[in-house]
Amino acid sequence: MNIVFAVVVLGALALVFGLVLAIAAKVFEVKVDPRLPEITECLAGANCGGCGYPGCAGCAEAILAGKAPVNACAPAGAEAAKKIAAIMGVEAVEGEPKVAYVRCNGGTNAKKRFEYRGVNDCIAATKVAAGPLDCAFGCLGFGTCVKACQFGALTIGPNGAAVVDPEKCTDCMACASVCPRHLIVEVPKSKKVHVACANQDKGKAAMEVCSNSCIGCGLCQKECKKDAIHVENGVAVIDYDKCVGCKLCTKVCPRDAISPVATAEEKEKYKAIKKAQAEKAKAAAEAKAAEEAPAK
Amino acid sequence: MSITTLLSISLGAILTNNFIFSQFLGICPFLGVSKKLDTAVGMGAAVTFVMGLASAFTWAVNKFLLVPMELEYMQTVAFILVIAALVQFVEMFLKKSIPALYTALGVYLPLITTNCAVLGVALLNIQNNYGFIESVVYGITGGLGFLLAIVLFAAVRESIQFAENPKCFDGFPIALVTAGLMALAFMGFSGLKVW
Repeated sequence: MNIVFAVVVLGALALVFGLVLAIAAKVFEVKVDPRLPEITECLAGANCGGCGYPGCAGCAEAILAGKAPVNACAPAGAEAAKKIAAIMGVEAVEGEPKVAYVRCNGGTNAKKRFEYRGVNDCIAATKVAAGPLDCAFGCLGFGTCVKACQFGALTIGPNGAAVVDPEKCTDCMACASVCPRHLIVEVPKSKKVHVACANQDKGKAAMEVCSNSCIGCGLCQKECKKDAIHVENGVAVIDYDKCVGCKLCTKVCPRDAISPVATAEEKEKYKAIKKAQAEKAKAAAEAKAAEEAPAK
Repeated sequence: MSITTLLSISLGAILTNNFIFSQFLGICPFLGVSKKLDTAVGMGAAVTFVMGLASAFTWAVNKFLLVPMELEYMQTVAFILVIAALVQFVEMFLKKSIPALYTALGVYLPLITTNCAVLGVALLNIQNNYGFIESVVYGITGGLGFLLAIVLFAAVRESIQFAENPKCFDGFPIALVTAGLMALAFMGFSGLKVW
């Protein structure tokens, strides 16, 4: 009998609570736009914060409110942007996929001012006498960006500088926001030639701190047939709208500061070709001059 | 019941008999939500809020329903029911009335439904024969003790991330070692007697 009593009392208690909750659900109902969960579904769901909103839910709300563009979520890609555009009833603006790029190839090639033995973190390292590198611009290689990357796209390369794997990179740029040296930039995924140095010092000053530094000599600028590379503030900068990826600049760079770095063999070969071309041009000019001389 | 009793209850709940470090209740959110300081503060605040409310409600349910019907042995089941319904109700109420607090507490509120510290405080109130005010005070200060513990722990965990511990200790193992050491440190309060 006691058992029945207990069951009845608890059952009644549960029923009362259930009723209260059911009524409360109606009374306190908050209407949610049905598009919100659909948009959230399309986002990458990594809560990486690359869009500048607090997590994916924040981004979905911003898109719904029209504050963020439909392609605000870079990791989700163009496909998701199209889907969101369909939900929102607008045209998707298709942008070229971009990836992060670390503008430093120095690493162990950069001279050290002192041996840093502190917390294993770039931000902490820059706080100690402005960092252990002579180069005030270079990658410290403690991997703060590697830890920030939720997609495993960043590693510390064999030469001690951070390297982005363009295949894994989703362009969330979480790495760029933690890099104390601001070395990580967005570049078009299709372009393969990049300046792997951010040192703005000129000439000797840049030459002394690292064996891979851009000294702003301008050889690449002269060599480029497409007017796509220019020395700005003492460092070469590529105009990705003009660059066709011919890699001529990598072959003339005396400092190996443009990636992919050309091998000594490639450089020699290119030098020989240029020499031959110059001779040919000289010979042609002489021949032309000789031809024109008697006519006068 | 006097102000001294309430003070000694508070002191006990926060320091000497801390819910986490000496009673080992509510360990799962303590370990799960302590990776970042701000989320730890959010969780701690939500737990404090729910523990205070749950103390009041379970005390009333026990006093006016279970005791008169001689169903004290059903306390655990009844309290789980009360707490779950209460948390659900509070969540709906906050979502409608105080959206700012709702977003601040976020996912932690529903998580608390299954927090054993909340059930623990309800049962301990009955065991200790606390009156209504004592129960509520014990609930709130117990929550504050939880808040203190989880905030301290989260702060330590944030710093520990930068330490170079052996590979096998990375992540949870070192966190558990830390939790153990902090529990030892809190044992130092066990002899504390002010009144």
